Amino acid sequence: MSSATTNETPPAPVEAFAQVEQAGGPLLPLRKAGLARFAERGYPTTNDEDWRFTSLKSLTDLPFLPTLEPLDQALGLADIAEITFGQHDVNRLVFVDGHFSSDLSVISEQTDGVTVTNLSSSLNGLENEIGSLSANDENPFIGLNDAFFTDGALIRIPANGRLSKLVHLVFISTANEAGQAAHIRNWIEAGANAQGTIIESHLSLGQAAASTNVVTETRVNAGANLEHIKFQDQSLNAIHLASLHSELSDDARYAFHSFALGARLSRNNLRMRLAKPGIECVLNGLYMTRANQLADHHMIVDHAAPHCDSHEYFNGILDDQSRGVFHGRIVVQPVAQKTDAKQTNKNLILSDNATANTKPQLEIYADDVKCTHGATIGEMDDDAIFYLRARGLDTKTARRMLMHGFAGEIVDRIQHDGIREELDELVWNRLEGEHHLD
Amino acid sequence: MSAHTDTIDEFVASDYKYGFVTDIESESLEPGLNEDVVRFISAKKNEPEWLLEWRLKALRHFEKMESPTWPHVKYPPVDFQDISYYSAPKKKGDGPKSLDEVDPKLLETYEKLGVPLHERARLAGVAVDAVFDSESIGTTFKEDLASAGVIFCSISEAVQEHPELVKKYLGTVVPYTDNFYATLNSAVFSDGSFVYIPKGTRCPMELSTYFRINAANTGQFERTLIVAEESSHVSYLEGCTAPMRDENQLHAAVVELVALDNAEIKYSTVQNWYPGDEEGRGGIYNFVTKRGICKTNAKISWTQVETGSAITWKYPSVILQGDNSIGEFYSVALTNKAQQADTGTKMVHIGKNTRSTIVSKGISAGKGQNSYRGLVQVGKKAKNARNFSQCDSLLIGDKCGAHTFPYIEAKNPSASIEHEATTSKIGEDQIFYCNQRGLEPQDAVNMIVNGFCKEVFRELPMEFAVEAQKLLDVSLEGSVG
Amino acid sequence: MLEIKNLQAGIENKPILKGIDLSVNAGEVHAIMGPNGSGKSTLASVLAGRDGYDVTGGEVLLQDDDLLDLAPEERAREGVFLAFQYPVEIPGVNSAYFLRSAVNEIRKHRGEEELDAMNFLKAVKAKMKELGLSEDFLKRPVNAGFSGGEKKRNEILQMAMLNPKLAVLDETDSGLDIDALRIVADGVNRLKGTDNAQVVITHYQRLLDYIVPDFVHVLYDGRIIKSGDKTLAHELEEKGYDWLIRDAA
Repeated sequence: MSSATTNETPPAPVEAFAQVEQAGGPLLPLRKAGLARFAERGYPTTNDEDWRFTSLKSLTDLPFLPTLEPLDQALGLADIAEITFGQHDVNRLVFVDGHFSSDLSVISEQTDGVTVTNLSSSLNGLENEIGSLSANDENPFIGLNDAFFTDGALIRIPANGRLSKLVHLVFISTANEAGQAAHIRNWIEAGANAQGTIIESHLSLGQAAASTNVVTETRVNAGANLEHIKFQDQSLNAIHLASLHSELSDDARYAFHSFALGARLSRNNLRMRLAKPGIECVLNGLYMTRANQLADHHMIVDHAAPHCDSHEYFNGILDDQSRGVFHGRIVVQPVAQKTDAKQTNKNLILSDNATANTKPQLEIYADDVKCTHGATIGEMDDDAIFYLRARGLDTKTARRMLMHGFAGEIVDRIQHDGIREELDELVWNRLEGEHHLD
Repeated sequence: MSAHTDTIDEFVASDYKYGFVTDIESESLEPGLNEDVVRFISAKKNEPEWLLEWRLKALRHFEKMESPTWPHVKYPPVDFQDISYYSAPKKKGDGPKSLDEVDPKLLETYEKLGVPLHERARLAGVAVDAVFDSESIGTTFKEDLASAGVIFCSISEAVQEHPELVKKYLGTVVPYTDNFYATLNSAVFSDGSFVYIPKGTRCPMELSTYFRINAANTGQFERTLIVAEESSHVSYLEGCTAPMRDENQLHAAVVELVALDNAEIKYSTVQNWYPGDEEGRGGIYNFVTKRGICKTNAKISWTQVETGSAITWKYPSVILQGDNSIGEFYSVALTNKAQQADTGTKMVHIGKNTRSTIVSKGISAGKGQNSYRGLVQVGKKAKNARNFSQCDSLLIGDKCGAHTFPYIEAKNPSASIEHEATTSKIGEDQIFYCNQRGLEPQDAVNMIVNGFCKEVFRELPMEFAVEAQKLLDVSLEGSVG
Repeated sequence: MLEIKNLQAGIENKPILKGIDLSVNAGEVHAIMGPNGSGKSTLASVLAGRDGYDVTGGEVLLQDDDLLDLAPEERAREGVFLAFQYPVEIPGVNSAYFLRSAVNEIRKHRGEEELDAMNFLKAVKAKMKELGLSEDFLKRPVNAGFSGGEKKRNEILQMAMLNPKLAVLDETDSGLDIDALRIVADGVNRLKGTDNAQVVITHYQRLLDYIVPDFVHVLYDGRIIKSGDKTLAHELEEKGYDWLIRDAA
């Protein structure tokens, strides 16, 4: 279970840190501690249970080139005119290689104490908050992010407030040199009874084997209702490492939707802490992989209070030589009586060379609970195909309809109508492009 | 709430029936693990050179290994130098030639355990090999089996009488490098059973081995090897008990099954090693490697009822190498008091049209922690592989835990794998319903638990199914109201 | 309408249907009854063309066309409708989308104009009202999370929309309470016409109080061992199947 690197030389991040240290700033203690945590553990290996199916060789073979300064890429509004969700009326924060671009961003004036801005513009006062939800996680990429993050979004909705428009966070990688690494940090807080919908898009304009390391901390206070949609559609050479830490309070409702379509390697660590009674937490995800992609979702839902519901639904469609990895752990603490937790992971394998790995886990220390999980791997259901054919649809249409439905199960859980419809069409078009569809 | 909880607490405080000690003179090695110990064991059993060499290779490998930390169990580190690796009842002269010459105290012990070995009292239709600490003390019905061509004897005897068979198959399913405890076993294994079913033979009776740990401070390291030749069939059962002692004792067994083309092996276990007390004092550490390999059209079925041991760590597995082969795993694991179990199976689909079924029923009571851990792996060539897994947990009381850790990997698009798991508790309404119909709370719990386990019990040979049900009732005694 | 001649079929070399002869004319309702395991559902599956059944002999003609040569969807388009005993849940596939696709496939085959979304909705909503289905039903995935009664009503709704020549109802009454049964039976009766026929497969006589058959056939061990009018169903209700089975043996 050792997670130390086998490299004799110290990992490059330690050297790259000098520049961060020189810059100083109120977050330097956090950054130093993060670097130390990373240096102690190094990059995880497949001997590490949490990374058993996800080799990071494609990352660790690269030089470590954090994009501490903006890269020399001048982007104009025309460059992002065509992006997904680009046509919605939103407040849009755009970050290029981890740096905020005010030219590309569109932010209307916020009312009622709502904050929608970039994190580095208002760091003061945040030094005790950033890291407060992620600090206990052993994932070395969090330490690395603590040390190197350049910017990200800061969203605060005060008690009883609401986001007047969708907030769209756009993270663009323009890296064209292998090893360039953007480090992004987001802080999202919904006050008591606050409401809002946030979309997070991760896109690439460059084609290099560059990485994105994003850490998001989300605090959802009592009675708040937050919908959070993450759309990752980076280039097939990109490496995407994400970690989401959410702490939910009494009667909060939090729905997180993950769409992992792009990147050579993507990993989403989702850590939900259900700290008070009455919470409803939904994690909902779709991964569609082809070529040699690997999409990994790794979640821990920690029921630390009674009377909470959590539901996890993840569907994967795997083509070519790609691999889908799902690790879902529901932990029910002794106090968390009356927990209702459900978890399903379904995988459709379309080609002879694709692989699905799934580890749905339950860890239960309270007796009055309802917990179930289910996982399936396989081809499309023959009974369903027959049912459709018995209603007059040909086999090809039946298969398409089922595949669309399989993805649609996930898409349908998005509450925001416009976003759901756009994603539905996008997923359908992608599926039409699957060469093993028929 | 309180009435319910009280009875649950009571339920947890039951006694272990098999905790007596047999007062018999033993020949035991001083604690410690080194080459001399391995040479001593091998010499004691008059083993051929190749087997000693194999043991020594295992010992050298073991010295480089670290004990596994991934199971979901907690226990202080085991000091492998503080264990005696050999203990056997002292023999007079050359030792008994037949069961009639065995020390009456030993026969009495098995009588008390419900396994009479005397000819007049033997269990009808069941041949028994009785293993006491490190030695087999005798096997019943040997002659009857021999006439059918079946070999059923201790593995020590098999090394002497059928060395070619042992050499051909030993370590082929579980190599000596396999894992920490299997490697330790390979170095120091003492006794165990050997079964050989010739081609086309249906074994005329149930075979069974009864393992008893008696001596203090010893480990039991048995090794069982079952070979079913083409188109043969055998049903085998093992039972295990140990005295109540305050210290922990180690049991690290290895079982290898070989099912050649069209053969079928059914292997059932009723494990009732001493579980320790409410505080977690004493009890057996049951760290076991069990694995079978299926050739074309073969079938291996594991059924286990695990009620004993302080810690159980075992994953009876099937390598489905041959096309159309079938693997099954049916398990009931009960953890009461401070028991911990991390158990499950591995189904490795290699051949085409291979099928596997997993049914696991975990029951947690008292402060027991019960984990299911299972692997279903479908290789690239395993076209049309099918797996169905059902893992259910039942919680009794609010101090216990139930955990499920499945690992599923598929590399073939025609595979179909389904895994389902549920966790529930015995509902107060269920118990009330039974009470209202005139049932005692304890009977209600037993009835509900037995109902919960029915799918597994029906896989056991008839006479053992009844035993297993009783055993579960006893293990649950005093837990509800 | 439907002509079944000496039909023999089974699964994996195990014969189940051992020579069925049945002739159904337009405008008729036939009930097929029989104990469990007699082959009732196999007959329904074979008529609809489910995979896994081997037809080993005989023929099935629908208006003189050989049905057995056709794929399941071709049979559906020719007008064969099977109301499933266990309607399949299809999560993620929207009911309205599914049903409109099916309706239009069949309309296309008949040379009729396809229905656009508006006209389809108008038509389907009218039928839903008759069947007591609420409108949100259309937004839900096909059968997913439906109660047993809702699934069966959904089958009847599909049947009403697809307007088949031959409807085969496979144990449509199983799992229904009396109110749901009435709704389902009303739906079936409303579809009855001079140009179509219905084959109702059931284990119990109960359904036949609501869907009154012209003919009743008893299936046992893969053969029709007795045919009669609706009084046969009542006789079976009173006396069970044993006397017939004894007679047949």
